[in-house]
Amino acid sequence: MAYDKFNILTSTAVPLPIENVDTDQIIPARFLKATERKGFGDNLFRDWRYHPDGTPKTEFPLNDQKYTGKILVGGKNFGSGSSREHAAWAVYDYGFRCVVSSFFADIFRGNCLNIGVLPVQVSPEFLQKIFQAIEADPTTVLEVNLPDQTITLLSSGAQERFDINDYKKGNMLNGFDDIDYLLNIKQQIGDFAQDTPL
Amino acid sequence: MKKTLFDKVWDSHVVHSIEKGPDVLFIDRHMIHEVTSPVAFLGLKQRGIGVMYPERTFATADHNTPTINQHLPVKDPLSANQLKALEENSREYGISYWGLGHEKNGIVHVVGPEYGITQPGATIVCGDSHTSTHGAFGAIAFGIGTSEVEMVLASQCIMQPKPKKMRINITGSLSKAVTPKDVALFIISQLTTSGATGYFVEYAGEVFEGMTMEGRMTVCNLSIEMGARGGMIAPDEKTFDYIKGREFTPKGASWDKAMAYWETLHTDAGAVFDKEITFDGSQIEPMITYGTNPGMGMGISNDIPKAEAVEGGVATYKKSLQYMDFHEGDSMLGKKIDFVFVGSCTNGRIEDFRAFTSMVKGRKKADHVTAWLVPGSHKVERAIKEEGLLDILHQAGFELREPGCSACLAMNEDKIPPGKYAVSTSNRNFEGRQGPGARTLLASPLVAAAAAITGKVTDPRELMELETV
Ligand code: SF4
Repeated sequence: MAYDKFNILTSTAVPLPIENVDTDQIIPARFLKATERKGFGDNLFRDWRYHPDGTPKTEFPLNDQKYTGKILVGGKNFGSGSSREHAAWAVYDYGFRCVVSSFFADIFRGNCLNIGVLPVQVSPEFLQKIFQAIEADPTTVLEVNLPDQTITLLSSGAQERFDINDYKKGNMLNGFDDIDYLLNIKQQIGDFAQDTPL
Repeated sequence: MKKTLFDKVWDSHVVHSIEKGPDVLFIDRHMIHEVTSPVAFLGLKQRGIGVMYPERTFATADHNTPTINQHLPVKDPLSANQLKALEENSREYGISYWGLGHEKNGIVHVVGPEYGITQPGATIVCGDSHTSTHGAFGAIAFGIGTSEVEMVLASQCIMQPKPKKMRINITGSLSKAVTPKDVALFIISQLTTSGATGYFVEYAGEVFEGMTMEGRMTVCNLSIEMGARGGMIAPDEKTFDYIKGREFTPKGASWDKAMAYWETLHTDAGAVFDKEITFDGSQIEPMITYGTNPGMGMGISNDIPKAEAVEGGVATYKKSLQYMDFHEGDSMLGKKIDFVFVGSCTNGRIEDFRAFTSMVKGRKKADHVTAWLVPGSHKVERAIKEEGLLDILHQAGFELREPGCSACLAMNEDKIPPGKYAVSTSNRNFEGRQGPGARTLLASPLVAAAAAITGKVTDPRELMELETV
């Protein structure tokens, strides 16, 4: 499905300074039973966010009212584990449009790009800078500029460039997805399939 | 140009290369299950398009199916709904469907190879990260997200940048009680869970050459746990012997033609990898994990490392040990355990049950241990019975359940209770993976068997010593 276009995002951020955040934490398997892409945000980080009896764990950043915004900042190796796109859906459905980390697991990164959540990989040093800035002042604003491929801490002006391939960048800017592209070259695929026995 | 095995298979499947973008990769075979496919089908419906090549997609129900009383209706309404969606979508689009109770039903990565869907030189994807299993046959196989499942249904292609290449060589031979699972856990412990992110791995060297196909599947299965998209092993006589005559493998003249291609599938001498690592197989011990990611593993007789000695954040490490209620410097041997799970696409094949049975034969399950033995498929289940393993298991106090993913991800009722310890032959020990609050120790079927008998973490070599006395 085509998704929201992404251009420049200016927002406060929610910090999650934990490494190796795996997809089972982002959305535990028992919440993967839907047949529609709806309502996953409620269970984002379910077991870190809530006690077994359903009361919120107040110390968890998502439950801490001082942290808000459309940017989630996570520790190194974010999104490792399963291929469940539900993890990216949960991030999106909760209201995040961008995830920042110093390292992403491959499949999670791809899934994010496919649904219009921008994964921004920064250096470990810049990541620390962001965590420190938010800790010092939770109203710290970040600017993620996709056309320029930069991320900026507006308070200090500290800035870093991030990578994204031109094709995916174009998709994000225009809200196109891969299927639109693939359907356009169906003839070429059909010819290829003819030569590729089952 | 000298090419790696990976290059040969990848390059021959590129329909189109986008400059400064991904390759459009043709997918030979696509497997689907009930959890990651419904939204993909919904996407097709919303776009008003169909499935381009339904004969290239295969459906099985495995992730949230019950492992007892499969003949009864599924109790959980949400699971039942997903299973129904898979069945209806398969029927509507003409996809072969092996649902609950079907004689070919089982875990997607177990049944693919069993029926010859998995073949050398093929590109295989599935909305499940352990699709890497199929790489054991010299296929490029990897897990995809639901948007990509939709892409494959719609166009038989996905769009992927070509990954970098890594070769992991293991030389020499393995010691007693060291299984393919230990080899994989060892590699992950050395590389960490992100050590191969961005790479596709080829496993090479004597240790892998000496492994059975099932052992190779166990190793390739766990490639994702070091961050790799997938892992593969060059096909050889063992591979060809394994696949010959299976339902979906080519026959007659097509077999000969396929063989001519398959025999070219090896890395050329002098081909270059982006990264190459070599280990000595004789250094590997039976392994066990002590933390909350598969990289937190060690030789079973070692002590849990100090936080300072491990790479990565101290806070994250401590949080992990706290979840497990373990301490730096603890020995794992002798720790009391509550559950044993044998199964999953990692270790739910017949050789795994043979190994487990060989260890429990003539012994008794510890009273306080709950053991869930879950075959990876009906075919495995039938073999367990036909080979007489079931009788031996019964005598030792074990029951066999029906096939499915079960406690590997605890989407069905098979959940380890909070705080309990499970020695598990599956692939992930993440927090809550086997049920909220569950504590998982990943290990081989032999280590699982030793724990089931003694009720605590036990070096399988100890029990084997006793046998030889
Ligand atoms: S057994 Fe576990 S890892 Fe394998 S397919 Fe099932 S859930 Fe995934």
